[in-house]
Amino acid sequence: MAKLIVDGKICNDDWQVVPADATELPDGRLIVSLAMWRDGDERLAGRDQVGVWLEADDDPAEIALALPSLPVVAVNFPKFADGRGYSTAALLRTRYGYRGQLRAIGEVLRDQFFYLERCGFDALQPPEGRYSDTQLEAALASLADFSEPYQAAVTPPQPVWRRHVREGLAR
Amino acid sequence: MYRYDAFDQRIVDERVAQFRDQTSRYLAGELSEDEFRPLRLQNGLYIQKQAPMLRIAVPYGLLSARQLRRLAHIARTYDKGYGHFSTRQNIQFNWPALEDVPQILEELAEVEMHAIQTSGNCIRNFTSDPFAGVAGDERIDPRPWAEILRQWATFHPEFAYLPRKFKIAVNGAEQDRAVIQCHDIGLDLVRDDAGATGFRVLVGGGLGRTPMIGKEIAAFVPWRDILTYCEAILRVYNRFGRRDNMYKARIKILVNSLGIDAFRARVEEEWGHGRGGPATLTEEEVARVTSHFVDPDYRPLAGDDAGYLSELGRDKAFAAWAKRNVRAHKRPGYASVVLSLKKTGIAPGDITDGQLDLVADLAERFSFGEARATHEQNLVLADVEQSRLGELWQLLRAAGLATPNIGLLTDIICCPGGDFCNLANAKSIPVADAIQQRFDDLDYLHDIGDIEINISGCMNACGHHHVGHIGILGVDKKGEEWYQITVGGAQGNDASLGKVIGPSFARAEVPDVIERLIETYVDNRYADERFIDTARRIGIEPFKARVYTKREADRKVANG
Repeated sequence: MAKLIVDGKICNDDWQVVPADATELPDGRLIVSLAMWRDGDERLAGRDQVGVWLEADDDPAEIALALPSLPVVAVNFPKFADGRGYSTAALLRTRYGYRGQLRAIGEVLRDQFFYLERCGFDALQPPEGRYSDTQLEAALASLADFSEPYQAAVTPPQPVWRRHVREGLAR
Repeated sequence: MYRYDAFDQRIVDERVAQFRDQTSRYLAGELSEDEFRPLRLQNGLYIQKQAPMLRIAVPYGLLSARQLRRLAHIARTYDKGYGHFSTRQNIQFNWPALEDVPQILEELAEVEMHAIQTSGNCIRNFTSDPFAGVAGDERIDPRPWAEILRQWATFHPEFAYLPRKFKIAVNGAEQDRAVIQCHDIGLDLVRDDAGATGFRVLVGGGLGRTPMIGKEIAAFVPWRDILTYCEAILRVYNRFGRRDNMYKARIKILVNSLGIDAFRARVEEEWGHGRGGPATLTEEEVARVTSHFVDPDYRPLAGDDAGYLSELGRDKAFAAWAKRNVRAHKRPGYASVVLSLKKTGIAPGDITDGQLDLVADLAERFSFGEARATHEQNLVLADVEQSRLGELWQLLRAAGLATPNIGLLTDIICCPGGDFCNLANAKSIPVADAIQQRFDDLDYLHDIGDIEINISGCMNACGHHHVGHIGILGVDKKGEEWYQITVGGAQGNDASLGKVIGPSFARAEVPDVIERLIETYVDNRYADERFIDTARRIGIEPFKARVYTKREADRKVANG
């Protein structure tokens, strides 16, 4: 079973991400592409829990109304240097008020964990096989790269000068 | 200038630890070259022709004496005894070893410096007016705002992997000295009719492969809202900027393809959601940052110093230096001094460890312990008493920092070019040198007067060639280095992009071409008319005609 990080802890994944071009749907809890979810694939009928994954250029507004009933939303990073997913996550968490699991999938690497988490991802799923168990354990440290970030984001939602008293320069 | 508190210090210290770990994982083979590249770039580290190049941030150009000494130490210890000031007011070292970079960053953090976001597809170092706080034409001091923006942009989690690099400049004076029209975002501090502070916002300017003058997206954004407004611009760009072609990925391409009105509509829509959010600035936060930029303890002086004025009459060399390198100051009896890093025979912007140490000493003795870097690649001591200019001049002259050429033809803006840079198509430093050698008569230089020659070794335009009165661009023609010449570019309030005069030239021809262009100007100018004004009045045709007619004649003789 694939490993992922949820709320800063390593977990076994009980969801399966269904690729956009998949023809067969496996059993179990599935995270399907926006197209499959939107088009109401009949094979999804009767499944109690289905999540949706968004491609980097998908508009999160398309799932806004369904968010209260979605247990998982994933955002794909086709390349780790493609930063669109950070804005997608921020929009889902703030503008659309999504409270369920928000999962980063695709090229999700430890040196981006800190930024991903700040933009609202609570689940981080590195590519299968990219990290050994030991490496994934070590990678958790990257979530704490910076203890007091300057600016407001999804988390923390206030800039440092609203979180703490900062003194000016006395003359 | 801004001094770190515990929060600022912790962030740079944690950055050092983070990069130390990333570097060791890279060296251990746990991080691939592709994975490490953006991490090192966002720490200013390039892999260049000779060795890595480390670009250290000098936020809006401000440096303390202590920081200058640390840079001198780094030049001595980890480099070959010199550094290079860039056109973004930063300093670069061309010879550090990759393994030493975490240690260098640690030593920088000790003096409140870093290399954060000096490269990579993120929000880069903020640039501003090197005469901020001392210029007579200043409306609003841009430094506190540049610092507030710097902190907001530092490790902004949503904007670390933009389609392309993103440069923001801030101006607060009547005359723009920060090239705000050629930045991804240009911020112009203004007051509304009620006297309240805000920003006129330009977007989509830039040089590089597709040069464009920025367009006004907002006439007035209230100061409280500037961070949320910038976030709205950045979010629209991050989501919709092109990522399929790096040459079309800058925000200017998005602004141009949508049109400024449609782009503005998207930003306004986005801002409608973010406006008033937690990033909305407070009076307390602005006051906190502004407290770092209050005037130093100027002595009350009545007016121009009599001794200085009489020295100007007595010593021709001193007067020539004062005319070009000394600027008026807002306070009576004070002046700002530009230290020329454009001595012939030295690469423009280069400075040795010894000179860095000396500038630190002089900053302490003459200018309240601070210096500034300019985008023209010179240094400034901003707060010098006129009565001490003679003494300062002697010391600068002895150190090779008093070349009286600020704003003259030999004050050339020049990128490192093919001698150092992987991106370059052609060398630029030898071209600058050849031009400086050719124009070695100081009287003639003063007669030519204000002119800006900018040289870039490739179309990435680090040497700002598009906005040079004369621009020189290195191009590759079938593996050979050639140079394309433009005329009529300018920075400032009436910024413009130069026009190409015709087919490019071999390197050896360039000084001749510059001479022909200058002759054309001298023949056509009205009294006291600057090169750029003549060029605008007569257009490029007379320049073109003179250059290419002469070239044909020379070739006929040579082939004759």
